[in-house]
Formats: sequence, structure tokens, C-alpha cells
Amino acid sequence: MYKYDTYDQQQVNARVEEFRDQVRRRLEGHITEDQFKPLRLMNGLYLQLHAYMLRVAVPYGTLSGAQMRMLGHIADKYDRGYGHFTTRQNIQYNWIKLEDAPDILADLASVEMHAIQTSGNCIRNTTSDQYAGAVADEVVDPRPYAELIRQWSTFHPEFSFLPRKFKMAVIASDTDRAAMRLHDIGIRIVRNEAGELGAAFYVGGGMGRTPMIAPCIREWVPIDQMITYSEACLRVYNRYGRRDNKYKARIKILVHELGKDEYARQVEEEFAHLLTLSIEPPLAELERIKAQFADPPFESGLSDDLDRSDPDFALWIDANCLPHKRPGYIAATISLKPVGGIPGDASADQIRLMGDLAERYSFDECRVTHAQNVVLPHVRKADLFALWQQLDAAGLATANLDQIGDIIACPGLDYCSLANARSIPVAQKISQRLAGKARDIGELKLKISGCINACGHHHAGHIGILGVDKKGVENYQLLLGGCEGADTSLGQITGPGFDEDGIVDAVETATGVYLSNRQGTERFIDTYRRIGMAPFKEAIYG
Amino acid sequence: MAEVQFRFRADEPVADPAVTVDAFGDQTNAAAVRLEPGDDARDLLPHLERLQLVEVNFPVFGDGRGYSSARILREAGYSGELRAVGEVLVDQIAAMRRCGFDAFAPDLPLDPGDAEAAFSRFTQVYQPAADGHAPIWQLRHG
Amino acid sequence: MKILTGNDLKTGAVTWWDGVQWSLHVEDAVDVGEHADTILAREQATRRVNAAYAIEAVKDEDGVRPAHIKDRIRALGPTVRPDLTLKPADPAAGNWVI
Repeated sequence: MYKYDTYDQQQVNARVEEFRDQVRRRLEGHITEDQFKPLRLMNGLYLQLHAYMLRVAVPYGTLSGAQMRMLGHIADKYDRGYGHFTTRQNIQYNWIKLEDAPDILADLASVEMHAIQTSGNCIRNTTSDQYAGAVADEVVDPRPYAELIRQWSTFHPEFSFLPRKFKMAVIASDTDRAAMRLHDIGIRIVRNEAGELGAAFYVGGGMGRTPMIAPCIREWVPIDQMITYSEACLRVYNRYGRRDNKYKARIKILVHELGKDEYARQVEEEFAHLLTLSIEPPLAELERIKAQFADPPFESGLSDDLDRSDPDFALWIDANCLPHKRPGYIAATISLKPVGGIPGDASADQIRLMGDLAERYSFDECRVTHAQNVVLPHVRKADLFALWQQLDAAGLATANLDQIGDIIACPGLDYCSLANARSIPVAQKISQRLAGKARDIGELKLKISGCINACGHHHAGHIGILGVDKKGVENYQLLLGGCEGADTSLGQITGPGFDEDGIVDAVETATGVYLSNRQGTERFIDTYRRIGMAPFKEAIYG
Repeated sequence: MAEVQFRFRADEPVADPAVTVDAFGDQTNAAAVRLEPGDDARDLLPHLERLQLVEVNFPVFGDGRGYSSARILREAGYSGELRAVGEVLVDQIAAMRRCGFDAFAPDLPLDPGDAEAAFSRFTQVYQPAADGHAPIWQLRHG
Repeated sequence: MKILTGNDLKTGAVTWWDGVQWSLHVEDAVDVGEHADTILAREQATRRVNAAYAIEAVKDEDGVRPAHIKDRIRALGPTVRPDLTLKPADPAAGNWVI
């Protein structure tokens, strides 16, 4: 994984001192909250329901053991003993004090981490495929390109006051494991017939109030023009994105209102101009970064066998483990969704343990997924049982990846000042209600958002739940048929909303309709797409 | 009219009042223009030779269109004074400088110590901009 | 009644105007009547509180009850982590929120 050189370290150190000074000026009254707010947001510090919340950046989800241990340390020292892994591969702490924030950033900087641009109207953390470097179906590891984008976007002087937040994702396979088309810019690295690498740009996706799937703006940008083209996309957005209405300020609205062809044309014009300025990092820089993402020293001649005699271990292998590109290895997902638990939360001890396990069993590397789990990408099959035992002892071995118990949920009204309803209790109840049937149901991606901002990505859930405020009382809408991936689709609402017990019943009913109607190996989403909404609506509303 | 608090030019500031972009087009002897966020900086490109001062207004600090306007002018070869006016806060001036601003006339004067710290905080930059500062990737690879 | 709530500037803790200063406990909140804006402006400037605002509340047998569920959650803590609330030993505390 990427290791800072002195330049990178200098940048984060300077940023820590800058923020320390900004906090001092705020506490001494030299700047108002209105002036301070964008500054703290650009360092990931929100004022939330119960305290300040700090969102730490995990670039393209990748962490080392030492970094995980520091995240655990921060949870203990500055917070209340736990952290929350998010739907953008980051980690959040909910009980932060403003006066501690500069010291936390300094601690993060000591392990090459930061909270730069994890909020604010700027370019946010660039996410990627959690199996990068471990799967056979990728054209290249997408993460070096994400790292190029990270550096290009960090402290970008032109794009620090965009109309709104800006989120990018980079993948390099046909299978989209990063919900790429639901980002402001999604990039797919591809190879042409000549074997050259290029980038397909999808611009204008997103969820929130007006979910949209990003259209392809340019099918092919030569890889050595990727940054220049990105700059062109951003400049057009900065100049022409709407600033009159916060809810119409994302680039998806601009692309939609201009039409993708006109947006693409404006980008093309700016791109032609920017190409004359030589702003692209040289290929040598890409190569320098790529060298740090080379394969770890995989062993050869390892056995590909697994002893499945322990039935719980066997269940976990089948549910949570993905075949690796190298024989003898496997990619293992640590579920942060225990039955009835809080999705994505992990205690400081669990975080430290995951760091130790990554170091010991996965070449010192783990990945946060946008489904709020943690992947150990390169585990020797020979070590898998020992790993599983340790995970099991720590409550981290729930065998439910992509099943209905693997719920993606935003923090909701329990934590978030933007929320209209609580999401976590709903997740807990559904998880408990359906634990017994989860394996039979199979793949079912359930996503819960506590408000229309859709941080739980409910539009992209096979089953999605949206919490709303109905005259001061929490109410929940049910959506069906959303999907990420290459066949991205947006969920459709079933009908009137429900109270908390009602939504749990409705979800159970929906799974019942699926189980009654499925043919062959159809997943929930397949059956839904075949039979449509009507049977579900009928069963739920009678 | 706020005073110019910081200026990084050796020449004398022009005394001309800055006119609007519309007026500028009509007045062939005007040398100073004021760009609002909604103006297109490229409308000025045919007139760069007679331009000695461009004021870019930031009516609210969160409206970042002025940063693009500034870079666009510098990229087109504008070498006159590029002055940031309006709600210019100390935590933005370094980025503004990178985008090509060489003069700052904030509505509310900035603390000189804070401004100095802001200008000098980051000695290296990740990306090229209008200030000609070599980006880190160039230092890495020559 | 009209009460004031905000977050402590330094710590972020949820606070309630008790007439003299900002308390951690909603039970201490006082009715500010028509003086909300004056008090808010003054207190934001003194930096004893951050992002404070006025809300409706009622006084009932349990004490002061904010009108909106969001502020009741702010008053107590996250309903899904009773151990992290102001009333960890009270099993009925979550019901008060709803």
C-alpha cells in the first residue's frame, strides 16, 4: 500500500498545524462559527447530535495494522471506546471534543492518516473496490489511480469551495464493487484492443433526494490524461453547478439539466484547453505509486484445500470468503454486522484485533468496504481456520456477507442531526427477526437511511428503507429493486410507510414473497425483476 | 471600497475604478473591470492587453467561482493585477494566491500575523496552479 | 414553554439553558419566553455555547420534555447504546424518547 514520502508527511503535518491554529482562533473568538464551520468540515469535524463527530479518511479503504491500532487507540483515548465504519470506506468517531481535534489529527498524521476533506464542499475521499489486488477479474489494481486522484484533489486551490460535496470512485473491473455509477465521478479503468490502459468517465451519479445513475461522459480517456480530464470536469462544475439551492447543487443536477452531451461538450472544451498547460503528473509518478501496490510476496505451491469439518467454519467460508487470484489464498470478510448489532460499529479492542490479524494473516493490509465491513484480502487458506477462530472469539465471525443480516445503515437519528428517523433499531430488529431464514434467503442487500440524504444508500438496496418524519413521529418507507453494480438500478417505493414494527413486518413479508416465488437459483433481486412489484405490494398491503 | 491590504506586485496600482464586465465591453479606454461570480472570465480574453486590474468579487466566501475565474485569466496570459475583493477570509488567501490573485482587499481587514501564517503555511503543493509553484510530482521526478 | 439548547463549544456536549448557564441536563432547562433571540445572540458571542437554538418543550411529571424526538435523543443519548446515555441505569429511559 502507499507509504508517504517526506512531501506527503509534510503536507499532513502542515495541515495539522493549520487546523490547530484555526481551532485556537475559534476558541479565542477571532472567527465566528460561520467562518470556522467550513474549515472544520474540511478537516472532517462535524457538530452532531451528541458531540463533535470526526470522520477520518481511509483512502480507497486501505489500512495497515499499525493504522488500525491507532484508530483503536483514538477510540479509547479521545472517544468512548468504539468507532463506526461508513458507507464511504471511512471511519467516524461520535464523541469528539473540539479542543482534542488537533491532537487527534496529529496522532493520525503519525501513522500517515488524516481527516482532510472528508466533509465540506470539496473533493472527498476517493473510494475503490475492496478486493483490489486480490481478485482475478480486475484489469489492474485501481488503487494507484485512486491515490493519484487523492493527491491531485488534496488542497486543490480551485476546488475548495464547490457548489457542494464531490465524491469519486475508481474501479478496474466489469463487476462494479464500489457502486461507481452512484458517484459524482465514477471511473472505470479499461484496456483497449491495443492493450493500452484508459479511463471511462461516468459523471453525475448520486443518491440523496434525486437519485441518478451516472451516464458515461467519455468512454475512453488515455490513462495519462486522467487527471487533466478530471480537472476539466471539476472546473465546469465549479463554474456552472447551481449555487442557488443546496438541494440542487450536486453535479448530477448540472449534468441532468444540461444533458449529458452538452456537459460532455463543455468538458471537452475545457479539457482541450487544460491539455495545453501540462498539468498531468508524469507517468513516472504513476509508476512510483504503482510500485507500492505490487503484489505482496505470495507463496507458491500452497495447498488450495480447506478443512471444512467444523460446520460453523464451513458456513463462514461459504458466506464470507471470496476466491483469490492466487492458489492457496482467499479473501475473507470480517462482518461488522452481528445479529442484532449496530451495523459498522466496532469496539476499540475489535479494531486493534483486526489490525493485528491483518498484520499477521494478510500481509499487513485490510480494507474497509462501503458495506461497512472489513476485508482481509490475502489470507493463506492454511491460516483461515486459525483466523476464523480468533474472529469468532471476538464476535467478528458472523457468516452473513451480502445476506439480509449484512445490513447497511446510516447512523440515523440516534447520532445524526440531519436524520428524520432512527435507522439502527430498525436494522437490529430486522436482523434478529430474519436471522433464522437469512441463509435460505441468500443474497439480499438491505440498506437503511434515516433521511433523504441517503447516506445508507437505500436507493441502491435490493430492499431499501427510508426513515421519514411523519408529524413528529418516525415513519419508514419501503423500496424494492435497487441494485449497485454493473446493472445499477434505483429502488421503487412500495406504497404508504410504516411505523417501526410495521416496517420489520413488511420486510419479512417481502422476503416471504421472494421465497414463495423464486425459481432455481434466483436471488431476491432476480425474482423481483422477474415478477415485478405487484405481488410484493399485494402481500404487504393486502 | 475596501482597501487593498496585501499586494504582491512591484508596479503602481491603477487608479481607475473597476467597471462591470458589461460596461467594460463598451468603454474602450477602461483598464479595470470587476468580475462577479456569475460572469464568464473568458469574456475578458479579447481585452487582456488593455486590462490592468481585474477585481474578482467574493460576495460570500463559500462561492468558489472566483477561483476558477482567476486561474482562467492567468492561463490566458493576463499579467495585470488580479485582486480578490469581498468576503475574503484569512483561511482562503493561500488558495487564492495559488489561483493567481496577487492583491487582496477584504471587506474586513485581516490580522496581519494570521495572514502571514496563512501565506507561508504550505511550502509544497500537490498540483500545478496559476502561481507557477512546482508541484510535488515534479520535485519527485525532475 | 420555550427552552434553549446547544452544544458546548469546546466539548460538543449537549447543553440546556438553565437561566444562568448551560447545563448538561434537560431537566434544568428554563422557559425563556420571548427572550430567546437575545439570550442566544449573547451566549453565542461569549462562546459558552455553540449553535444554540430555541425549541418548544413541556413540563410534565418526568420533568422537561422537548417537543421533537430529535431533541429528546439529544437530551438522553443514543437509544441504541443505553450505556452511553445520561441514564445508563434506567431501562425505561429509551421509552421517554419515543
